[in-house]
Amino acid sequence: MAKPTPEINAGSMADIAFLLLIFFLVTTSMDVDKGIQRLLPPMPDENQKVEAEQINKRNIMVVLINRSDRLFAGGQPMETYMLKDKVKEFITNPANLPNLPEKREKDIEGFGPYMVSRAVVSLQNDRGTSYEAYIQVQNELMKAFNEVRDEFAMQHWGKEYAALDETQRKIAREAIPQNISEQEPREVTKTRR
Amino acid sequence: MAKFKTKRDKGLKPISTASLPDVVFMLLFFFMVSVSFRQTERVVMVKVPEATEIAKMERKDLASYINIGTPIQAYQAQYGTDARIQLNDSFSTVEDIRDFVAAARESMSEADRPFMTVNLKVDESVRMGIVTDVKQELRRCSALKIMYSTRKKVENTSF
Repeated sequence: MAKPTPEINAGSMADIAFLLLIFFLVTTSMDVDKGIQRLLPPMPDENQKVEAEQINKRNIMVVLINRSDRLFAGGQPMETYMLKDKVKEFITNPANLPNLPEKREKDIEGFGPYMVSRAVVSLQNDRGTSYEAYIQVQNELMKAFNEVRDEFAMQHWGKEYAALDETQRKIAREAIPQNISEQEPREVTKTRR
Repeated sequence: MAKFKTKRDKGLKPISTASLPDVVFMLLFFFMVSVSFRQTERVVMVKVPEATEIAKMERKDLASYINIGTPIQAYQAQYGTDARIQLNDSFSTVEDIRDFVAAARESMSEADRPFMTVNLKVDESVRMGIVTDVKQELRRCSALKIMYSTRKKVENTSF
């Protein structure tokens, strides 16, 4: 007659499972990819003749970062924290000054005519610029455009840009186009030899 | 008084904990399945800069990563301390990006290809020269959607 097999005590099973669980909890990296999203301009076709789009001088704002991370924007040296307000003033041109970008009426689908600014921010950096400074400036530029869009959204729908639905966002994007152009790289800081 | 108490206590059975392991195992399996281990080994040190205007990447499977930074300690004797590009598992040059992008595109489904994003994880101390070269090469490969990987900046609200 076979002996009845003794029952295995499963009481500690939970402990083992907990241990494994905690191991996985600790080792899991739940980091989400976060960052500044940008769209690069397509490479011009070599066969195609490059027709340099003539941009009026008043419509362009040059932002330079030299190799010692100094910032020069709109014709004067400045600090990074000053850049946002400067760019905001430049793209909105609230007083319609003749030395700031012109606006052109554009019929936006589903919204009607709106005076769209023709501002272009041209970002230039040196090969020796540090990546951190570059990202700081990119961030300030994005912040300026985002705030202007927020203001636009607030004015017309009483909501922030992030709270808008897709069609409204599209209108806001068209009304305030994000024209940040990055120049072909070159040596910004002239070296004397 | 005591009489009543003992009578009531007798009726209460201890809660069975026999199903506790099952519950915990279920959680365990959930985590085991959802975990994605870091597939590539970092060979460069990257500390991404801070920014405030950040967007989240909705779909991780659309991203391919380019790391740029100083080689880790173990490789510094061999490769020096200058910033290098890391693609997949190894040190690479700007010329390798073309193949890298092509391979990344190939592994995606037809419908997802236009949404491919190149995630640039660049150390904050790197000079822009190498980043510019990478960007130019990406333009040539027409991988135009890029993302500068950043950390969330803790806003200073004290004033």
